[in-house]
Amino acid sequence: MKLRIMDKTFVYLTGLAVLIILALLFTILGNIVANGWTRISWEFLSANPREGMTEGGIFPAIFGTALLVLLMSIFVVPLGVLVAIYFSEYANRTSMLYRWSRSAVDNLAGVPSIVFGLFGLGFFVQWVGRGVDKAFFGGHLAFGQPALIWAALTMAVLTLPVVIVSVEEALRAVPQSFREASYALGATKSQTTFRLVLPDAVSGVLTGGILAVSRGAGEVAPILFVGAAYFLPHLPSKLNDQFMELGYHIFVLTTQSPDVEATKPLLYATVLVLLGLTFLLNVVAIVVRARLRVLSGAAR
Amino acid sequence: MSTSGTGATMANQFPLLKTEVKAQSAPALASADAKMSLDCLDAYYGKRLAVDKVTMPFREKLITAIIGPSGCGKTTLLRTLNRMNDSIPGFRVEGKVLLDGNDIYHSKTDVIGLRRRVGMVFQQPNPFPKSIFDNVAFGMRINGLVKDHSVLVERVEQALRHAALWDVVKDRLQKSAMMLSGGEQQRLCIARALAVQPEVLLMDEPASALDPISTAKIEELMVELKKDYTIVIVTHNMQQAARVSDFTAFLLNGHLIECCPTPQLFTTPGDPRTEAYITGRFG
Repeated sequence: MKLRIMDKTFVYLTGLAVLIILALLFTILGNIVANGWTRISWEFLSANPREGMTEGGIFPAIFGTALLVLLMSIFVVPLGVLVAIYFSEYANRTSMLYRWSRSAVDNLAGVPSIVFGLFGLGFFVQWVGRGVDKAFFGGHLAFGQPALIWAALTMAVLTLPVVIVSVEEALRAVPQSFREASYALGATKSQTTFRLVLPDAVSGVLTGGILAVSRGAGEVAPILFVGAAYFLPHLPSKLNDQFMELGYHIFVLTTQSPDVEATKPLLYATVLVLLGLTFLLNVVAIVVRARLRVLSGAAR
Repeated sequence: MSTSGTGATMANQFPLLKTEVKAQSAPALASADAKMSLDCLDAYYGKRLAVDKVTMPFREKLITAIIGPSGCGKTTLLRTLNRMNDSIPGFRVEGKVLLDGNDIYHSKTDVIGLRRRVGMVFQQPNPFPKSIFDNVAFGMRINGLVKDHSVLVERVEQALRHAALWDVVKDRLQKSAMMLSGGEQQRLCIARALAVQPEVLLMDEPASALDPISTAKIEELMVELKKDYTIVIVTHNMQQAARVSDFTAFLLNGHLIECCPTPQLFTTPGDPRTEAYITGRFG
């Protein structure tokens, strides 16, 4: 009897936990959608902020975010793919190098994002940037300051584990029998990897890229010190320009606005745009993966 | 197995070989009409001996079948012929594997070139997730064999005709190879192997994953192919060995029990263990 009551209680307890999660999610999303929806308009998406950010739109922030994640992808995808290829195709699983680099990647994924921000400031801005200035600009300040390229590189380091894990998973899913057939035809290991294995794992590469972008678009802490700007009258046009970014813009609207009450509707709408963007990217990742799986043959 | 030392194996083997190879020494085995041959070959996985002092010829433009119970080393033996086991940690061989009289395990052997000369078809049909055309063209493309596209097209057609698949697929060369049936996929894999114009074709139980009709087609095809290629087939289907092969080798626990013309092995086996196996008393 006692056991049965405990059994029942446990079932209700798990159900309750699920309800709490759902309620939380709906409260958050509902609140944002309800308050933000009305402010979203073409003007909001395409105009500059005005009147101390209490009026106008968020186009520079959207543009900056897009540019940031694009640059970041250019750095992170090739590097991540190469590391994944090393892990999956070349590394000897028992070697020191493999075990060390493997745990390095695992640990990289667990580092708090603010630490990446500080790393970016110390390494990219102050060390690499100053070095570039000294070497190419006669010591004049050009790259030794927070800039788009340093933010993109910092974000690339942050999202590297996401890409590596996703691509590696896809590479490992390519059947060994394909590799054997390729070797039996006289293919070298690199030919097999680049002409057979990697093309078959392209869905993993794309998903990895998109997941990295959606992660990168949502992070603020890493770019606080390395390139995100409070407000800029112009869109960034050079690699060493600063830029506005959606996540950072939200932070600014929340804490730095001269009139917090007046910016509230804008804040809601900005959050909705950011959420919509990351959600959309995740959906695209899922669709791309499903699509390519169908294309590459349901026979396996 | 304590009685089946090397001495006993050789004693059984030589009287049978005498009719075919005239001389009994290894160099003689390598010459004559043998395209490939094994000379006192040992193959190890780490410390485990999988193939034990096997000496046998694979005669040019004939089909040699290797039979034996599971785990007897027949696949290992086959995979030494194109060095497919090279990448397995701890795998090594002693003795010689000769192709046209040259030891393919010699340190100067070009393994890539070797695999072009000695093609392979696997147990499970394993077409690449590409189009039918790209599957057949893969080997030629990676080897840079064919620069001219029209020649490539021609050779793809030729390979598909050789594999008796042209009429089935000629209208859908750009379709995914994954759409083909199992038997068609296996014939595509044969076409893919033939497209790089090998001299020897290794087949590792090529029909074991197929239905009887597809199996019959593959067997027909093999008999057709031996006009141009030296074929080595591993099978645990004795009827299949009896139907298609000219020579049959019986392997047991890594030892070659006997190797002789197929009709002879199946009618008057020289060793009681062969007889026990082919009459189904074990295996």
